[in-house]
Amino acid sequence: MIRRTASAAAALALASLLAAAAPSGPRASAPPFLTIVSSLPRTGSANSQTTSIVNGIKMAIEERGGKIGDFEIRYEDLDDASPQKGNWDQNIEAANANKAAKDPTCVGYIGTYNSGAAKIAMPILNKAGLVMVSPGNTYPGLTKPGAGEANEPRIYRPSGTISYFRVVPTDDIQGAVACEFCAKDLGSKKAFILHDRELYGKGIADVFKKSAPGMGIEVMGFEGIDPKASNYRSLVTKIRSTGADVVFYGGTTQTNAAQILKDLRSGGCKVPFVTPDGTFENAYIEAAGKDAMSPESGPVYITFGGLPSEQLTGRGAEFVERYKKKHGEVPEAYAVYGYEACKVLLDAIDRAGKKDRATVLAAVAATKDFEGALGTWSFDENGDTTNRLMSVNTVKDGKFAFVKAAGGGAGQAK
Amino acid sequence: MLRAAAAAEQLAILALARADSVPSFAADGALSPPEVFSQQLVTGLSNGMIIALIAIGYTMVYGIVELINFAHGDLCMLGAFFALTAVGAFALDGASGAGGVVGLVALLVATAAFCGALNWSINRLAYRPLRSASKLSLLVAAIGASFVLVNLGLFWGGLPMEVFAGGTSAAAPKAFPALVEPKPAFTVGDVIVSRPDVLVLAVTVPLMLALTWLVRFTKLGKAMRAVAQNPVAAALMGIDVERVIGATFFIGGALGGFATVVYSIYNQTVGFQMGYRMGMDAFIAAVLGGIGNLPGAVLGGLVIGVVRAMSDGYVEARWTNAIVFGILILILVFRPSGLLGAKLREKV
Repeated sequence: MIRRTASAAAALALASLLAAAAPSGPRASAPPFLTIVSSLPRTGSANSQTTSIVNGIKMAIEERGGKIGDFEIRYEDLDDASPQKGNWDQNIEAANANKAAKDPTCVGYIGTYNSGAAKIAMPILNKAGLVMVSPGNTYPGLTKPGAGEANEPRIYRPSGTISYFRVVPTDDIQGAVACEFCAKDLGSKKAFILHDRELYGKGIADVFKKSAPGMGIEVMGFEGIDPKASNYRSLVTKIRSTGADVVFYGGTTQTNAAQILKDLRSGGCKVPFVTPDGTFENAYIEAAGKDAMSPESGPVYITFGGLPSEQLTGRGAEFVERYKKKHGEVPEAYAVYGYEACKVLLDAIDRAGKKDRATVLAAVAATKDFEGALGTWSFDENGDTTNRLMSVNTVKDGKFAFVKAAGGGAGQAK
Repeated sequence: MLRAAAAAEQLAILALARADSVPSFAADGALSPPEVFSQQLVTGLSNGMIIALIAIGYTMVYGIVELINFAHGDLCMLGAFFALTAVGAFALDGASGAGGVVGLVALLVATAAFCGALNWSINRLAYRPLRSASKLSLLVAAIGASFVLVNLGLFWGGLPMEVFAGGTSAAAPKAFPALVEPKPAFTVGDVIVSRPDVLVLAVTVPLMLALTWLVRFTKLGKAMRAVAQNPVAAALMGIDVERVIGATFFIGGALGGFATVVYSIYNQTVGFQMGYRMGMDAFIAAVLGGIGNLPGAVLGGLVIGVVRAMSDGYVEARWTNAIVFGILILILVFRPSGLLGAKLREKV
C-alpha cells in the first residue's frame, strides 16, 4: 500500500513536472488533469444508497492510482437533491449539468440516480458533447425508441448523437426475464398476463407477452385491468376458466397488485403470481397480508432489475470484498453500478487518443466486451448495457427473500 | 434498494425451495361455460349487494334534501379505517368460534354507529347551515366534506398501529384481516360460494328488510316520507323537519357503516382512496335505479355488480367502466327517472 502510494506520488510529481516543463498533452492548452463529475441525490432518503455509489466511484478511480496516462483524474461529487424536497430537484440537476458542461476539464458525468433527473440533464450534456453514464436509471424511454413517449428518446439528443449510457438493465427487460423464469423454473405452459395500462406496467407486460411463445408459453389472456377496482373476483374466474398455470401482472403496489393476489387466492386459484419490481417494496407485503403471502396459499415471485450485493460473483464479489474491507460494511445494491459506471468511463478515457470530450464520448460508445464487475458486457446501439442480470425474489415470513439470479444475457462475471 | 439488501439476508433459504417443492400447478379444475357464468353471477351479486347498501345511503339523502352527498363514499372509507383500528385494538382477528361471531357483530354495530354519527355530524356542521342556500352551495359543501374525509383517512392510515403497518406509509393500501375466511362455504360443481359471499347476503338482506319496515311502518318512516314529499307541508303538520333529516343522515351513514365492514372483509384491503370508487359505484346504482327510490337503489346496485362481473368475465376488464357508464347513459336517455323512479314531476 505504501509502495503504491509512493509510486503514485512519484508519478504525479513526474506528471506535473512534465506538464510544467513542456505541454506534453495532446492539446497545447490542456490542463494536466481531467474531471469526472457525479450528480446524485446526496440529501434525503437515497443518501445511504448514493453514498455507497460514490464510494464505488472513488474505488474505481483509486484502482487506477488516480490518474490515466499523464492526466490526474479529479472527481467532484455533486448533490442534485434539495433539503426541502429530500429528493432530486430539477433546478439543482440542471445547475449541476450546466456546471459540468461549462467546465472544460470535465470529460465525464456519472448520474443520475433518478430517471426523472436524467431527463433534465440529458439534453444539456448532449448539447455540450459530454458523455453521461448512469448507474441507476431504469426507465426504458431514456434510450429506447418506442419504449416511452413518441418523442423519446429523440428529445434527449438535440445534437443527434448518443451521449447517454447506462450500466443497469432497463425496466422492460424484466418482462423477458420473468417470462424465462416462468418457463424454465416454474415449468409454466399457459400464462395469463395482466397489466395496469400504465407506461411501466404495460411495457413490462408487453415484453412478457412477446417473449412467451419463444419460451413455450401459451398466452391465455392479455388484459389491462382497472387499477382502482375494489376487487378482481370476476377476472379470477376468467383466469381459472382458461386453465392458466401462472399469472403475470405488469403493475405496482399502487396499481393494486396486492388486491389481485388476494382475489386469486380467495377465488381458489393457487397458481404462481409473478410481478415486477414495482412491487418490490414492503408495502406490497403489507397490503397483501399474511394469508395471501403464506406459502400454503400459493407461490409469489417478484423480479428485480439488479442483484443484491451478496449475490454477486467473480469480479463483482471481489469488489464487494474490497468495499467491505475499506468501509466496514456490505455495500448497498447500487454501489457496484457506480463502480462499474466509473470503471467503464475510465477505461474509455484510457483508450481515447486525445483526452477531449468528443474522443472520450466515442470511446465510451465503442465499449465492447467490457470485463467489469457485472460480467462481460457491451453498450448497444441505444447506449444500453447488454447486461441483463436480474434477480427473482419471493416472500418468506413477511420478508423478501432472494430466489435466484436470472437473465444474465452477458453472463455472470467469471 | 435497501430492500434488496434486506432480501439478500434471506439468501439461499429459497434457493432450493423454489418451484420444485411446490406441487404441480395443474389448473384447478377448468370451469365449464355454465359454471363460469354461475361463478360470475355469484361474484356480481355479492359486489352488487355491497354497492346496493351504500347506494341506499345516497338515495335516502337525495330523497329527503335533494343533495348528492359526494362525501358518502369517503364516509364509508373512514368507517373501514375505524373498523380496522377496532380489529387491531381488540385483536378481533385472533378470535374464533362464538367469540369471533360476537366480535364480528359488535364490529358491524360499532362501525355502523360510527358512520351514522359521523354522517349526522357532517349534516349538522356542513349541510344544515346551507339549507336555504342554493342547491349548488350544498353540492360544493359535499365535495368539500369529501376532501376533508379523504385527508382524515390519509392521516389515520399514518397512525403508528400494527394494523397500519406501523404507519410507515399512510397512503399505501392496508391489509384487512379475513375475519371471515375466504374459504368455500359450499360448492356446486366447481362454482365456489365462499363464506364472505354468504356474509354479504346475511348482512344485506336483513338490513334491507329492516329498512323497508322502518320507512313503511314506523312513525319516523312516515315523517321521512312526508319530508321527502314536501318539507314545508311536513313542517306545517308539526314534523320536526331538521330532526327527521338528521335521522335520515344517521340511518344512511349507518348502512354505509355495515356495508364498509362487509366490503373490507370481502376485499381484505382498505385504503384512503377507496371511498371514491365505492361512492361512484353507489352513485351510479342510485341513479340507475331512480335516485330517491329505495328499491331502485338496491336493483341498481345489483345490476351494476352483475354487469361489472359479466363485462370483466366476457368482454375485457378495460371496457368495464365504459360499459357501466354506457348503460347509465342509455337509461338516462330512455328512462330519465331511472329503472324504478317515479315519473318526473316538475316542481314549481
